[in-house]
Amino acid sequence: MSRLISRRGLIAAGSAAAGSLLLSGCDQVSDAPGLRWVLDFGQLASLRVQRLILSGQPLVREFTVDDISPEFPPNGTEMPNGFGYFELMISQFANWRLKVDGLVRHPLTLSLDEIKQMPARTQITQHNCDEGWTAIGQWTGVPLSHLLQAAELTPDARFIVFHCLDEMVRLPDRRGFYYESLDLFDASHPQTILAYGMNGKALPVAHGAPLRLRVERHVGYKHAKYVTRIEAVDRLDRIGRGKGGFWEDRGYQWYAGL
Amino acid sequence: MAVSEQTSAPEAQDASPNREIIYRHTVVVRATHWINALCLTLLLMSGLGILNYHPALYWGNYGYQGVPSFMSVVSMRDPESGEPVGVTRIAGWSFVTTGVLGVSYDSEQRAVGRAFPSWLTLPSVPSLALARDWHFAMAWLLVANGAIYLLFGVFNGHFRRDLTPAADQLRPRHILADIWDHLRLRPPRGEAARRYNVLQKFTYIAVVFVLLPVMLLSGLTMSPAVTAAVPVLFDLFGGRQSARTIHFLVANLLVLFVLVHIVEVFLSGVVNGMRSMITGRYVIRKVGR
Repeated sequence: MSRLISRRGLIAAGSAAAGSLLLSGCDQVSDAPGLRWVLDFGQLASLRVQRLILSGQPLVREFTVDDISPEFPPNGTEMPNGFGYFELMISQFANWRLKVDGLVRHPLTLSLDEIKQMPARTQITQHNCDEGWTAIGQWTGVPLSHLLQAAELTPDARFIVFHCLDEMVRLPDRRGFYYESLDLFDASHPQTILAYGMNGKALPVAHGAPLRLRVERHVGYKHAKYVTRIEAVDRLDRIGRGKGGFWEDRGYQWYAGL
Repeated sequence: MAVSEQTSAPEAQDASPNREIIYRHTVVVRATHWINALCLTLLLMSGLGILNYHPALYWGNYGYQGVPSFMSVVSMRDPESGEPVGVTRIAGWSFVTTGVLGVSYDSEQRAVGRAFPSWLTLPSVPSLALARDWHFAMAWLLVANGAIYLLFGVFNGHFRRDLTPAADQLRPRHILADIWDHLRLRPPRGEAARRYNVLQKFTYIAVVFVLLPVMLLSGLTMSPAVTAAVPVLFDLFGGRQSARTIHFLVANLLVLFVLVHIVEVFLSGVVNGMRSMITGRYVIRKVGR
């Protein structure tokens, strides 16, 4: 019996040493550029398979007023820097305009009142942060598809880019502003709206006033706040650092359906 | 016939008359076993890396900082000494877990506030983007690997032959005896080691057909794109945050399974066990040697 224990002890010590070797190697694993293809393959698989199961464009589950969570944590920018936004805010966005341009036949410049005159959709949905928390809120806004139809996309338009008023990092070339992008599959979904109302009131500043994107089949960072310009483009590599969004430029997944 | 694989006559006779070598694990079982081991390890570590960004678990449809949590890990300062303290709260109970959970130490012994220590997460430095990338890539590998294993298990007969308890194993006396053997840390020997023991079969069935499918489905319930296509997942788990909590609890059960599994491998002979899972060959020792 004692022989067994000592042998077991020896093996345990050996495997502990092997384990620590394995663990110290894990960073080399996660940082190795040679393994990037594994992660890219995973992203591609998620995009392709989720697009397949969503090909009928089903709506996400909508909840009732009773389901709205008592609070809704604002994430990212809660108050954009700079006097420009402050001025817009104190004038209740009277001078704010939304531009719709890029690969469109009829570029638009719209005031908040003009947007509120458009067909509206109200939906109570879950907001899922990629960090793991969930809140439920009610959103009122104009379907993105309505704006895009009014502006009339040209046939070569493939992505819709949302330029925002909040500057995340001060960069000399002014490329530190938040931005996001969708392809036409998500842009045309009925629940993809530009919201100006939240929980029955005007959209609060902390949640992106006067206008924010709701793209309900994606996690939180796709839901651009403080949207000021919607640009239709054929490719994303000429905008920002070329990955399709502020967080995407910093390593996050462009496709954020999971 | 495939049926003869596990219980076949000695494939290669050893010189010693009280040793017999059987072919225990087919190449598909061995390959999927090790891919599975790799996936589960990296899924656990990247999962904890994700959980570090919001180390609190809730029940129901919503949950965020401020909502009462079922379990949470927090980093705080001792009001008297000012020292960092890690606290783990589970269903109303609080435990000081400084050193592992809440507060852990970096390579220079400086206290760092984080729920799970860097040696348990992938990547070890905080990166939600990379942790998510690894988690989802390994989930796809796990699913592909699991699909191969399931197809093989059904069509080759592995499930029927090796995992389904035999009639004699299902007798209450046999099950009680097997429980007693496990409690005394006595692995089956001789002829009894030819097949999986009954608790082992129950455990493998539970892991393969209950725990791993629940992991997969609760993980999918956290994807807003998947729940758009399959909203019934919300009803199955009682909400997205419940699914997240269940995902974590079942991950704990899988860790417990792996720990017990490794202990059993050591108890029943680590060299023989490892060899059988690498080469397929397993030595049966005749009882009463």
